[in-house]
Order: sequence, then C-alpha cells, then structure tokens
Amino acid sequence: MMWWEYLLNYLIVFAAGGLICTIAQILIIKTKLTPARILVLFLIGGIVLQAVGVFDFLYKYLGAGISVPIIGFGASLAKGAIYLARTVGFVGAFAGGLVRTAYGVGVAVVASYLVTLFFAPKSK
Amino acid sequence: MSDNAYVKTRNERYEKYVKAVSPSTSPLRSLFNSFWIGGLTCFIGEGLGDLYALIFPELSVDMISNITSMTLISLAILLTGLGFYDVIGRRGGAGSFLPITGFANAMSSAAMEFKSEGIIFGTSVKMFSIVGPVIVNGVVWSTVAGLLHLIIFGRFGA
Amino acid sequence: MNVLLHKGENCGFVKSDLKAKAALNHPKKPALKKGKSHTVFFANPPKIIGRMSVAGEKEGRGPVGKYFHKIVDDDKMHEKTFEKAEYDMLLAAINGAMESAKVKAGDIDLFIAGDLLNQITSSSYAARELSIPYLGVYSACSTLSESLAIGSAMISAGYYDKIMCATASHFATAERQFRYPLEYGCQRPPYAQWTVTAAGATLLSSEGDGVKITSATFGRVVDFGTNDLNNMGASMAPAAMDSLLALFRDTGTGPDEYDLIITGDLGKLGSDILRDLMREKGYALGQNYIDCGSLVYDVTQKCYQGGSGCGCSASVVNSFILDKLSDGSYSKVAYFATGALMSSQSCYQGETIPCISHGVILER
Repeated sequence: MMWWEYLLNYLIVFAAGGLICTIAQILIIKTKLTPARILVLFLIGGIVLQAVGVFDFLYKYLGAGISVPIIGFGASLAKGAIYLARTVGFVGAFAGGLVRTAYGVGVAVVASYLVTLFFAPKSK
Repeated sequence: MSDNAYVKTRNERYEKYVKAVSPSTSPLRSLFNSFWIGGLTCFIGEGLGDLYALIFPELSVDMISNITSMTLISLAILLTGLGFYDVIGRRGGAGSFLPITGFANAMSSAAMEFKSEGIIFGTSVKMFSIVGPVIVNGVVWSTVAGLLHLIIFGRFGA
Repeated sequence: MNVLLHKGENCGFVKSDLKAKAALNHPKKPALKKGKSHTVFFANPPKIIGRMSVAGEKEGRGPVGKYFHKIVDDDKMHEKTFEKAEYDMLLAAINGAMESAKVKAGDIDLFIAGDLLNQITSSSYAARELSIPYLGVYSACSTLSESLAIGSAMISAGYYDKIMCATASHFATAERQFRYPLEYGCQRPPYAQWTVTAAGATLLSSEGDGVKITSATFGRVVDFGTNDLNNMGASMAPAAMDSLLALFRDTGTGPDEYDLIITGDLGKLGSDILRDLMREKGYALGQNYIDCGSLVYDVTQKCYQGGSGCGCSASVVNSFILDKLSDGSYSKVAYFATGALMSSQSCYQGETIPCISHGVILER
C-alpha cells in the first residue's frame, strides 16, 4: 500500500468510529436511554449485522472503526455462534459466541482482578 | 374531576415545566467530544492491529484482532486503575463507553469499587454488575443467531 | 371542573381568575386548628448550645469553606473504606459539638441521627461508640431538620434535657449506593447534583444560651411524578413548597418576616423551581431565600447544580447559618431541608420519587 492509502485508511477508521459513537451520544441526549441500554442496543445491532452477513463487508472498509465499538463485540459473538452451530451442530450455537470472544472477556476479568489488588478507587 | 385525574394533570404540567427549565447538555460540544474520543480509540485499535501484523506476520487476521482488543482492554483497565478513565469518560460520553475500552472500564471499576467487601463477596460478585447486561444479551442473542442460521442453512451448508 | 383543581392544597398551577375564589375559601391567616396544623410551637424552646461541622477537602474550597469548623484533608480519613470514613466524620462532628458545649457523652440524654446509607449504618455505628440512647431517623437529605424537630419537641415537652442531633453524607458512599462505581467513566447531565462529603452535629439543651428553636413544621410526602434520579432538585422543590406553604398558613406569616429562608439541597435549578412554584402560590421568595446546595460549591468546581446529601445542609447550617445567627446578622431563620425518599430499586421498578421537607424555625 502507498502511504496515502494508509492515511486514507486511518482517516476512514477515525471517522467511522467517531460517527458510531456520535450516534450513541445523540441517543443519550435525545432519549432518556441509559448507557447500559444503549450498549445492549448496539451489541444486538452488531449481532444482527453479522447474522445477515453485512458486518464482514463493512469491516473490510471501516476496519477498527466498526470492530472496536461494542458492535464489533456483538459481531464477534454472532460469528462464533454461527460458525460452531454450522460445524458442530445444535450445541455449538450455545458455545460459539463465548468461545470466540473468550480472549477479550478473559483478559478483562483477569486484568480487572489484578488491578483491584493494586489500586483503590479515589473520591473525586 | 376526581383526585386521581387532578394529580395526573398536575404531574403532567409539572413534568412539562421541569423539562422546559432544566438545562440540557450543549449538544455540539458533547457530540464533538464523543466523536473525537470514540474515533481516536478506533484509530489506536487500527494502529495496534497494523503494528501486530507487522511484528507477527505469521498470525491469522482473527488472532491479530483478538490480540488488538486484548491490548485495548488491558490499557483501559490500567487507566481505570490509575484513575484517568473516568476523566475521559466524563468528557467523552458515548465516545468512551461504546468502544470495547468502555466495557473494560465498567468491569474494572465495579471490581475495584467493591473491593471493600472482600475479594469473594465484593470484587468477584460485583465485577459483572455493569457489564452483565452486555454478556447476557450477547450470549442469548448470538445463540439465537447461531440457531437461526442452523435452521435456515443447515450444517456445513451455504 | 376548574374549581376542583384547587382541591389539593399543594396544587401549583393556579389560574389567576380562580385565585380570588381560592382566597375566599382559604383565608390567608386561618385560626390555628388543633390537629390540622403541620407546625408545632414549642412552649419551652430548646437552645443550641453546641455544634460542629466537618467537611471534605472539596467542600473546604467552596464559598462557605472558611466557615466549616474542620476540613479533612483526606476523603478516606486514612481509613480502609469510605463507609468507615463517613462514620469517622460523623463521630468527629459529634465529639466537636460536645466539646464546644463542654459536656460529656454521659450528660446527653438522647442521640438522634441518620444518614444516606442502607439501614443508616453510619449513624448506628457512631451510636455504638457513644453508648447513649439512640434514635435512628431517615428522611434522606432532610434528616437534620427532622432530627432537630423531633429533638426540640422532646425537650420542649420536658422529657429530655440534652439531645444530640447529627448526620453525615459522603460522596463516595452515596455514589456507589445510588449510582455507579467511582472510576466508571460516565457523563452526568447538567442538572445533576454532587453529594457533599460533610457531617454536622447540633447539641440541643433545655437551658443555656444560644439560638432557640421556636417551632417545627413536619412535612407531608409530596410526589409530583418525576422519576429522573439525576434531577433531584425538580423532584424535591414541590415538597419544599408544600412545607413552606404549611408554615406560612400555620403561622400567618409571609416570606418577608424571616431574615433568611434556607432550603437543604435543591441546587440552583431546584431553588429556581421553588421560586416559581411559590410565586404561583402568591408568595415571592426574595433575596432572603438561599439554598445550601447552591451555596456549598463554587461554579468553577464543576458540580453541576450544586451539592446534595444530608451532610450538605447539616454542615452549612451548623457553620455559616448558626454563626450568622449568633453574631446577630440574622434573628429569625426558617430552615427547610428537603429529602428524596426513593431507593435505587424503587426507581428501576418504575416508581416515581416521593419527597419530603421538614423545617424548623431558628431564632436568636
């Protein structure tokens, strides 16, 4: 790739990621949805995108711009579940999501545990 | 007009009034903040991905994206521990809670907060108190997606 | 139909043409009927002989910071947990109040206290250290005015000589109980408030010199149907209005007859709403109305609408207000703290926020 292709690529990632977060922020301002609900909404959005097969197409162009927001996590879950369901069968659907996202969830749990041992929350 | 109807009209009028007088977030600034903070997080994610692809060319694309998100999660948790992430979050809004880093922050902040009840009943029990909905809904709906695919396309199909 | 609109005394939205009719039905100075009045007048008004306010570092930097008796440099008070810090702060306030009146714990007949934590643990643990009879009360942020009202009534009736009233709140403990973990990065709406880290203690006595508590107004639970946990000011303003109206009706006075009317923690937005509500009822709250919540933080401290929590009014009243009463700047102050009586569960269950406001009249 040429240097300007890299530049363009990074610009697209930045814009796409920013835009997705801006949409969520609009939801916060305009509706009374709490962050937890919005997270779940976008997560399910990601699962749907993956299930209908649009996510991979988007990922090709937007890269981390769509995989770093929680949409990517949802897509990852769905991808794993669909893959295992189709290779292993019925039982695979239940395990697939967690199997595929185990890396991220695992490191989050372990790191949270570790950080608890070393730091304490501060009153602001 | 009965008592209930009176209370209802009173409350409706009060709600309208409160809505009119309550200040609202300055939308332009908060949207701009969430845009650049969210965008920057994704930007860093893309950069890490490219970097790992350069260092470990033998790894598959999937593995590289796994390692990238693991790095982002660890960074966010470290920032939470040091007490910086909530400062970012107050400014970034959706830009800081929607990326995977926000997920990590929610998990580690709950873990740290409830340390005072002990490692078992505090940290371990409460770790999922905020991210629980994400995990639960993720597992449930991804299972549904997997089953639907199985029903529609069948095993090894399409 | 329109006339029935006036049925509720706390109806805040009066049409001007109906105002005259309402005035006929409710004369402005009705004769006090026993059992109907929300206000009790004390035959032997108790005096405030000792007081102490303890505040956190952030509050110490606020506009009334220099009036606080003690400012703690560490929000955790070198303890292991924030809960322990809160109860340390409460104990410090109680001990300081006893010291300022030169009495020992053994001289105090009753200890009335409350706080924001579940099962009012801070107060109960503080009571454990004191080993005197203890009455735990809860009415959220209006806990101090409620305990002052109860204590005054008991002293005036002659049952007790000395009663200690105290309360405390802490930002970190309230935040964890009602909202999110401290390090969780979340945005607050601009109408949110900031829980004050502070404690206040007041020692009442049947004899001695000092500011008197001449009457107390017990409030009703008022719910105008708001359910936004972040917008406490809007939820509590109707309760303050209800109790202030009860005071004006029961005593036949108006806002101008008080040197100062203070509310607990309505914040800037809430106090503006209260002014509006009172104006609609025909009372203009002028320069003599202030709110402890909007007083306690500076604009530059980024605390949105101001402070909240029971420590807010407790610390401001026990320092700034009583200082000014003692040195003669004010001679009659109406102190009406407001409290929101919801729990974090009740709000998720779709309930609205019931609020209450108890008040006492402090006179020199």
